[in-house]
Amino acid sequence: MPNLRVNGAERTYDGDPSMPLLWYLRDELGLTGTKFGCGAALCGNCTVHLDGVAVRSCITQMSSVTNRAVTTIEGLHPKGEHPVQVAWRNEGVPQCGYCQTGQIMQAASLLARTPGPTDAQITEAMSGNLCRCGCYQRIHAAVRAAARGA
Amino acid sequence: MNDLSTPKFKITNVSRRGLLKGIAASGSFVLAAQFPGVRKALASYPTGGDAMPNGVVNNPKVYVSIAGDGTVSIVAARAEMGNGAARTALPMMVADELDADWARVRVVQSPGDERTYGNQDTDGSRSVRHWIQPMRHCGAAARLMLETAAAAQWKVPVGEVEAQLHEVVHKPSNRKLGYGALAAAAAALPVPDAKAVKLKEASAFRYLGKGTIGIFDLHDITTGKAIYGQDVMLPGMKFAVVARPAVVGGKVVSVDSSAAMKVPGVEKVVTIPGSSPPAKFAPLGGVAVVARNTWAALKGREALKITWDNGPNATHDSKAYRASLEAAVKKPGKVERNQGDAEKALASAARVITAEYYAPHIHHATMEPPAAVARMNHGRWEIWAPVQSPGQARDDIAAAVGVTPAEMTLHPTLLGGGFGRKSKCDFAIEAALISKDMGGAPVKVVWTREDDVRHGFYHTATAERFEAGLDASNKVVAWRHRSAAPTILSTFAPDPKHPFDIELGMGWVDTPFDVPNIRMESGEAQSHVRIGWFRSVNNVAHAWSTQSFVAEMAHALGKDPKDFLLELIGPARTVDPRQQVTTPWWNYGEPFETYPIDTGRLRRVTELAAKEAGWGKPLPKGQGLGIAAHRSFVTYVATVVHVVVGDKGQISIPRVDTAIDCGYCVHPERVRSQIEGAAVMGLTLAKHGEITLKGGAIEQSNFNDYPLVRIEESPKETRTHIVEHPLTVPPSGVGEPGVPPFAPALCNAIFAATGKRIRQLPIGDQLA
Repeated sequence: MPNLRVNGAERTYDGDPSMPLLWYLRDELGLTGTKFGCGAALCGNCTVHLDGVAVRSCITQMSSVTNRAVTTIEGLHPKGEHPVQVAWRNEGVPQCGYCQTGQIMQAASLLARTPGPTDAQITEAMSGNLCRCGCYQRIHAAVRAAARGA
Repeated sequence: MNDLSTPKFKITNVSRRGLLKGIAASGSFVLAAQFPGVRKALASYPTGGDAMPNGVVNNPKVYVSIAGDGTVSIVAARAEMGNGAARTALPMMVADELDADWARVRVVQSPGDERTYGNQDTDGSRSVRHWIQPMRHCGAAARLMLETAAAAQWKVPVGEVEAQLHEVVHKPSNRKLGYGALAAAAAALPVPDAKAVKLKEASAFRYLGKGTIGIFDLHDITTGKAIYGQDVMLPGMKFAVVARPAVVGGKVVSVDSSAAMKVPGVEKVVTIPGSSPPAKFAPLGGVAVVARNTWAALKGREALKITWDNGPNATHDSKAYRASLEAAVKKPGKVERNQGDAEKALASAARVITAEYYAPHIHHATMEPPAAVARMNHGRWEIWAPVQSPGQARDDIAAAVGVTPAEMTLHPTLLGGGFGRKSKCDFAIEAALISKDMGGAPVKVVWTREDDVRHGFYHTATAERFEAGLDASNKVVAWRHRSAAPTILSTFAPDPKHPFDIELGMGWVDTPFDVPNIRMESGEAQSHVRIGWFRSVNNVAHAWSTQSFVAEMAHALGKDPKDFLLELIGPARTVDPRQQVTTPWWNYGEPFETYPIDTGRLRRVTELAAKEAGWGKPLPKGQGLGIAAHRSFVTYVATVVHVVVGDKGQISIPRVDTAIDCGYCVHPERVRSQIEGAAVMGLTLAKHGEITLKGGAIEQSNFNDYPLVRIEESPKETRTHIVEHPLTVPPSGVGEPGVPPFAPALCNAIFAATGKRIRQLPIGDQLA
């Protein structure tokens, strides 16, 4: 019996209920756009949407996603043209790029709930997402641009 | 499981849209690897590129192929870790000279193979400065081959045809042929003599110097399709995590794996032999748990019962060690530079200003923790790994499993950050050793963040002591700088106690100050952790301490810090430290004639950053500007930080102005991104960065106790001011030179805002 949805597809999971969603997505489904960064909800690299809201998949146990809908970067937009993705490209945000899928998922969740965020709201929403290359200035600009265009 | 393992995809790490079909199509330049001919670059000016292992290669048949449909494939042989050099700037150089339409260019990652591709060691901010000449040559030679093929087909002199944006044109007869239509005939031609190859004038560039090309992997990165080492998946692949000794040089005494083997999904427990320093990049050893997914492997590792012998480093303690470094700089050390007679000048000085600084170990903490995949099929090894030096990593991994490099293919993935950590391939050797134990089965080694923080190759800890002697008119007549820091050499050679030429040359013995008597001495320092190189390496502490001391002197003398810095730099001139150093001077591996120390350029970035920042403008209480300037990686950078210090000591940074002179600027937009990132990395190391050891073991573990700057702490705005140069001024490093001036500019700004002088990093709660 299917017991969760991932990017619109029904899935059945009957393994270790304590396994974090992150490893199910990556190791079992091969959805490697969701990145492993810390395993402790400290960096936001693993951010996905659970019923449309950003969560850290590295501390989200499989037992808590039963009958819920998971969206990963692969399912954010069929052509990769979600306004946040487009803004990320227009602003030339990424350097190494590793954290950017988590950043994009976080920003998309913010804009879904708060379409016209203030600068302070953007900073607050993005605060849990680390970037070691230091792309924050452009991340902030891209969220603002996506909000304007959204 | 996703099938990223279609062999062709894997082998070439080809990007989206089925490039391989294009390459495989008939009528193309034959693929690079079948043409092993390495040609010495015929350069118009010498660089250190030729002296690197396996040098540089300018053979178009190695680097360029064109498919029948016109798709131009350009090989990226160096590692892409985020600065955009390997997979954007270098291929862009080829495409520009080839006059290719960038929209029809595909970038193909080469395997690790320096005999074919030349040096692949992606560090030292060397990619652009070593490769601009050979890459342009590849593109221009391929263009000439296309023109020659077209001229032959039309039976007209080659001088009458011209390549223009993906087609060759014969203007007199108004005929055109696309690159795809000409590819087969062009590929059959010999590579033209270097003298016949004509490079474009800079005014004809479509891409170079413009900054209009986005990074090649931009679309894949923003859609989650970009593949890093952690992301490689093979059919039937197992997942492994390793329990490593907490102390460097520690060994497994015994292991009880019975509980681990009971964890569902765990398949095997494998012991990895340990290594004793100096061990280069050999794994630390330990016990690997192999499972059907990462989670099961992690749970299995938790269930291991291991008895360790922690070895001779088990008493190492950061507090005591710091005291030993500080004691070392209080007494005479090994003389590294001696100009005039600093001892005598200090003894007779009217006034001596002294200060000491200390900076701890720091860690790279790449967002992607190390990871690698290995498998062996019918005697042939394959490795997938995010390594900065793919060719040398292949040599090291092959040696570790006991095969020749020719029996191993190393597929470099994208790197989720490198910063020097992924120059060391210990994690990929682990994957190969575990796979070997499993009969060659595909195995991925996953490092957790805790593994990464605790088992790194750390940036050195350092004590720096300065004494400056002034004469009666307050002119600086003597400068003595002692430094004690464990050396990178300890990772490669037994028990060295002093720095080697590369460390000495990084912003220390090359200090270009206009002072008659200068003496540098290194104190003894033994290593107890693996010392590695971190972005900008010894420049970080050398620039921080030196530029902080300059501002301290300015304050003591009642002078403006910027004016005094310019006074110390002195008039515009060429500085040549070669006659004053005791170890042959290392100029970032570059010939002095091509890349001298030009104080005029250092002055110019200092003045530019100051002007753009509004140096001298009145600021409210609790705010300040600080300045620092530094030459590193043969590039000149000056930074002004504007800081606001709150009443509880909280730091915010409304603006950073950085001026950079990196010679001819190949990609201004990516230079700006590097400078913006350098400000954030500089802030992290200044504010938070500290790795400490107790009982020989690292005390930090994850981003809770090894914090990185977050968006709310980040500089609000970093402005980059690029000194423009024509192509006749050779390009220089960009990835690293932005980092060193940041911390001293910040600390000098904090002093201007509060009167509090930071003499130890990190700043932490010193302002509270």
